[in-house]
Amino acid sequence: MRAFLLAFLVVAVPARALDEGAVHRLVFGDADERSQAIAALVAEGDPRAATLLRALAEGEVATAGRRILLVKGETVADALTGEALASPPEAREEVVANNRLRREIEAALAALQLVSPARDARLAAARALAGGADETLRPLVRRALAEETDPEVRALLELAAASLELRGGDRQARLSAIRTLGASASPQARTLLAALLETRSDGGFAEPDPEVRAAAQAALRAVEARLAWGEFAGLAFAGLSLGSILLLAALGLAITYGVMGVINMAHGEMIMVGAYATYVVQSLFRAHAPEAFGAYLAFAVPAAFAAAALLGMALERGVIRRLYGRPLETLLATWGLSLILMQAVRTLFGAQNVQVEAPAWLAGGVELFAGVVLPWNRIAIVAFAAAVLGGTWLLLARTRLGLFVRGVTQNRDMAACLGVPTARVDTLAFGLGSGIAGLAGCALTQIGNVGPDLGQAYIVDSFMVVVFGGVGQLAGTVVAALALGFVNKLLEAWSGAVIAKIAVLVFVIFFIQRRPQGLFALKGRAAQG
Amino acid sequence: MRRLYGPAGWTALGASAALLFVAVPLLSLAVPPGSAFHLSQYWVTLLGKIMCYAIVALAMDLVWGYAGILSLGQGLFFALGGYAMGMYLMRQIGREGQYQSDLPDFMVFLDWQAFPWHWWNTDQFWWCALLAVGVPGLLAFVFGYFAFRSRVKGVYFSIITQALTYAAMLLFFRNETGFGGNNGFTDFKRILGYPIATAETRVALVVATGAALLGTLLLARWLVTSRFGRVLAAIRDAETRVAFCGYHTLHYKLFVFTLAAMICGLAGALYVPQVGIINPSEMSPANSIEIAIWVAVGGRGTLVGAIVGAGLVNGAKSFFTQAFPEFWLYFLGLLFIAVTLFLPRGVVGLFARRGAGAA
Amino acid sequence: MKRRTFTRLALAAAVAAIGLGSSALHAQQKTVKIGVLHSLSGTMAISETVLKDMVLMAVEEINAKGGVLGHRIEPVVVDPASNWPLFAEKARQLLTQDKVAVVFGCWTSVSRKSVLPVFEELNGLLFYPVQYEGEEISRNVFYTGAAPNQQAIPAVEYLMSKEGGSVRRFVLLGTDYVYPRTTNKILRAFLKSKGIPESDIMEEYTPFGHTDYQTIIARIKKFASEGKKTAIISTINGDSNVPFYRELAAQGVKATDVPSVAFSVGEEELRGVDTKPLVGHLAAWNYFMSLKNPENDAWKKRWAEYTKAKKLPYASKPLTNDPMEATYIGVYMWKQAVEKAKSFEVDKVRPAVYGQTFKAPSGFTIKMDEKNHHLHKPVFIGEVRADGQFNVVWKSAGPIKAQPWSPFIPGNEKRKDEPALMAEKK
Repeated sequence: MRAFLLAFLVVAVPARALDEGAVHRLVFGDADERSQAIAALVAEGDPRAATLLRALAEGEVATAGRRILLVKGETVADALTGEALASPPEAREEVVANNRLRREIEAALAALQLVSPARDARLAAARALAGGADETLRPLVRRALAEETDPEVRALLELAAASLELRGGDRQARLSAIRTLGASASPQARTLLAALLETRSDGGFAEPDPEVRAAAQAALRAVEARLAWGEFAGLAFAGLSLGSILLLAALGLAITYGVMGVINMAHGEMIMVGAYATYVVQSLFRAHAPEAFGAYLAFAVPAAFAAAALLGMALERGVIRRLYGRPLETLLATWGLSLILMQAVRTLFGAQNVQVEAPAWLAGGVELFAGVVLPWNRIAIVAFAAAVLGGTWLLLARTRLGLFVRGVTQNRDMAACLGVPTARVDTLAFGLGSGIAGLAGCALTQIGNVGPDLGQAYIVDSFMVVVFGGVGQLAGTVVAALALGFVNKLLEAWSGAVIAKIAVLVFVIFFIQRRPQGLFALKGRAAQG
Repeated sequence: MRRLYGPAGWTALGASAALLFVAVPLLSLAVPPGSAFHLSQYWVTLLGKIMCYAIVALAMDLVWGYAGILSLGQGLFFALGGYAMGMYLMRQIGREGQYQSDLPDFMVFLDWQAFPWHWWNTDQFWWCALLAVGVPGLLAFVFGYFAFRSRVKGVYFSIITQALTYAAMLLFFRNETGFGGNNGFTDFKRILGYPIATAETRVALVVATGAALLGTLLLARWLVTSRFGRVLAAIRDAETRVAFCGYHTLHYKLFVFTLAAMICGLAGALYVPQVGIINPSEMSPANSIEIAIWVAVGGRGTLVGAIVGAGLVNGAKSFFTQAFPEFWLYFLGLLFIAVTLFLPRGVVGLFARRGAGAA
Repeated sequence: MKRRTFTRLALAAAVAAIGLGSSALHAQQKTVKIGVLHSLSGTMAISETVLKDMVLMAVEEINAKGGVLGHRIEPVVVDPASNWPLFAEKARQLLTQDKVAVVFGCWTSVSRKSVLPVFEELNGLLFYPVQYEGEEISRNVFYTGAAPNQQAIPAVEYLMSKEGGSVRRFVLLGTDYVYPRTTNKILRAFLKSKGIPESDIMEEYTPFGHTDYQTIIARIKKFASEGKKTAIISTINGDSNVPFYRELAAQGVKATDVPSVAFSVGEEELRGVDTKPLVGHLAAWNYFMSLKNPENDAWKKRWAEYTKAKKLPYASKPLTNDPMEATYIGVYMWKQAVEKAKSFEVDKVRPAVYGQTFKAPSGFTIKMDEKNHHLHKPVFIGEVRADGQFNVVWKSAGPIKAQPWSPFIPGNEKRKDEPALMAEKK
């Protein structure tokens, strides 16, 4: 099919009307007919063909009887003529494109794009081909390489060319291809090189020339070393990401526990409330301001903080205050609160998860190495965690409230004697801690479920962070969260997710038994509690 | 004897024993099913289940109500006892499983050829009975020794016990651990050679559970009225002071924590044949917290309160999950809050003044 | 004490009254009780609540048309609260206290395993509506969900076909419990029979509620880059699916490169997911909401009206899915069997269920097998659409007979395709 396509590409074909027969085969034909139709349509070089193919891949083509329509939102156009229809037929049948068809369309479009004037289009096309181009594309890749000036696209094209030379070129071309591949850090290069070293079933090598084999061996080692680094970098990022999520979840708990000495079992539900607040804001944006949808997070963050903080303060006033000095009872009462909050959310929003759509600017990721992608949403959460941490630190270190909070944390009675309104500080600190939990919930909506049980998944983990880090110092929480995140991810890569989690829990349990005050302890009599 | 209970107390105990050991078997076995006095299988099983919970509540009351240690890991000890008994019951199935193998179905299914090491001798009832109390006891002893020696207490202790049971739950969820993974053990056929689903076996199990409950109650009563019990209460109220008086608080706390774990293991072993399943969700942190609320509802520091609390909360659970399923969690949540806020001494505390001697 | 005596007494009285209370008597003439045993709270509520409502809708339909055998159906709804021992207790309660004629319920395998001894002991009847791992035929259970050969194997065959992308390398990824383990065991044997070497299969399990798929997806990408077309067979359970799919999209794994096919992800599970990045990933079921046929249109319409009339939380976006269809089929099969047997007695109803047929929302006439207690069901493979629905890209020629004893598990060839006799059980 591609050979067919190329024959037409190289000899520029003048534009004419879309081939009606091909379009019909594309829409109504069986799988093989559709493949041929794609080739035929691309060969025409008509921009309308590209539009039609793209629409088909996106599921925007419909039929009404034998008529073929392009449906884009509310507008309906005739696929053959491209004219918009004033009165589109009601009874439409959507044309289903499956993965195979989409893949063929993508490849066909990529081949077209390789000589496109737009750099981004060429880059995407080159990336699609770098993983090993089809033999039939050899002349096209050569031609594109000869004309290409952009270094990034060129590098990818060279990779594609090398993979082609490796299969069909002479000895010299193969050696130079191996050098090109050896300088890259793509998993595809490894696959290609490893294939050279394989033994055939008759005992001989896939590559007969020993010198080429030796070169391939060396190149393979170089590529693998680079890939290993990439893998490690990916792992480190995963640890950092998990650590920053743990930090967000635990930071609020560390504050409430530090100030009041009570464990808030409803802390997870504060996270959930933040997530649901984000959901509500997002739904409002979708309903009333869809054009500004990308900006909803800017409003969701304060909303999540406010919702959780207000709820937290209400709980402190209503329940926790009455249990002052009875930490174990507080633990039970807040557990009861968490049950009620979960069930209330079930009643209000249903037991099902709700959908929080990520804004477009958080989709996708940045490619660190070939194969190691750092997703934008995780990068954003790491940055967000850092910002929340910075804000909390400023609040605690630079404001009067922060001074009070630190005072009460260190010695409540002494602080009270010196005129600190401890009751108000309690309420505000509880609000702050809950608000930070709400922020965690807002962040979590971007990577996971939003459902009534959301908070439960984080409750044990955040306790572990707080007790591991030690009470009363932000640094402890930070170090503990990051350490647990890294250790968990490193262990997971080595032993699987379940054992990693168990090992981390057991480690923290033992650590607490050796050093009950945690990593960073307050010094002096206050620590006796 | 007189130290344990007054005359009224002994009369009440005797009446309960008579009810359990005579009335229950008579009403469920001798009275025909059509009669209004017939005690159906459902109630027999429910009674047995709640009595198992009551034993757990007693153990919890010993550690929390008397020694002031809020352990949120009692569910783990309960489940370990249950698993020990479950191993025995799985061996009793013999070749009647789906795969007609000597190995339990889940092992056949994982392509295991032989029993793993920890299943050694589990076809012997005495060995499993020993495991049921020994394993929880040993775990509690080791864990408690390190925790109490490092003076881990208060909410810290609560949190690490919670983490312990959570870690154990994850471990038991794994299929490779060799305890049937998420499905756990089920579909038991017989116990000590008797078919497990007959009315007679059920009644026998309930009577055994009742005996265990009364025995635990007397043991606990004997403990808390002894000098040991008074030291425990002193530790709860002012540990540092007790230590300065020359007592090894570690030994006292460790003993009561280990004993409570063994009692929980016993309850778990009695629980499993009656409900017919043991699986890792028994170790979920929520279950252990619920145990604490049984004790709180009934009244901490009163042994009868623990039993009353377990009965009330579980009775309410059975009722609510049938009559108003959507409201069960609201009710349970409110119960947690209301009891801690308004009833610090529990239901029994309401009547404590009148019957101080009887409780 | 004095000041708060009243509060305390009131509280204690309330607690005591509730504790001692038992179900109220509903003494009406000519009614028959049926049990609904689905978790309405706890972790499984997310999946099971709709099934409860689906049973109630079917019952309402039947009652509106005069009930069954002249009896009004009275559903008894209980909440086993995602707690497995409570499932057994509630099953016993339904069968002995409420004396229900039949029970519709359970979702997880462990809940079914928990109630199974109760149903066998008391000779009850359970309709189980969820796809499961097979390896079981109880004479007291009718399985209206798919067995592995009605879901997993056709999906893998599709992936291996030219149309599905000629996949030759497989990642078997699941939550660590019995359904994924069994399914993957069967699939491994199946792939082996198709000539796929062990080195081209990667098997990986995560704990329940796992939320962080970063490392696993990085590993999958590495595996997929080692040559040959790769696909992911996902048996990830419930809540973990959203983080899994989000991570998949974030790390740039597209369905056209590495498609994933799921057996536990349907319309309801995708409710909380932004599906635009997931377009093209696959799911295999016996029913999709997007199927176009008169039965399905009518059924969806009735469900939408029912959710509105009852003001259910999902009324704004009423979805239907495979387990709901299986539930619905189950209720009607029972009704037809009762009418055929002219009795509510389990021993008379059971044989009447054999061979029962029903024109299901999937558009096919579904038949209950004469022997093995499973349905003959059609198989559909769908690709996720941007709106959270599925495009059907493949369907079986007709209903496929279930093989609860998979021929890919050694030893099963000796087994009879019917429940063991009671004599053998005892």
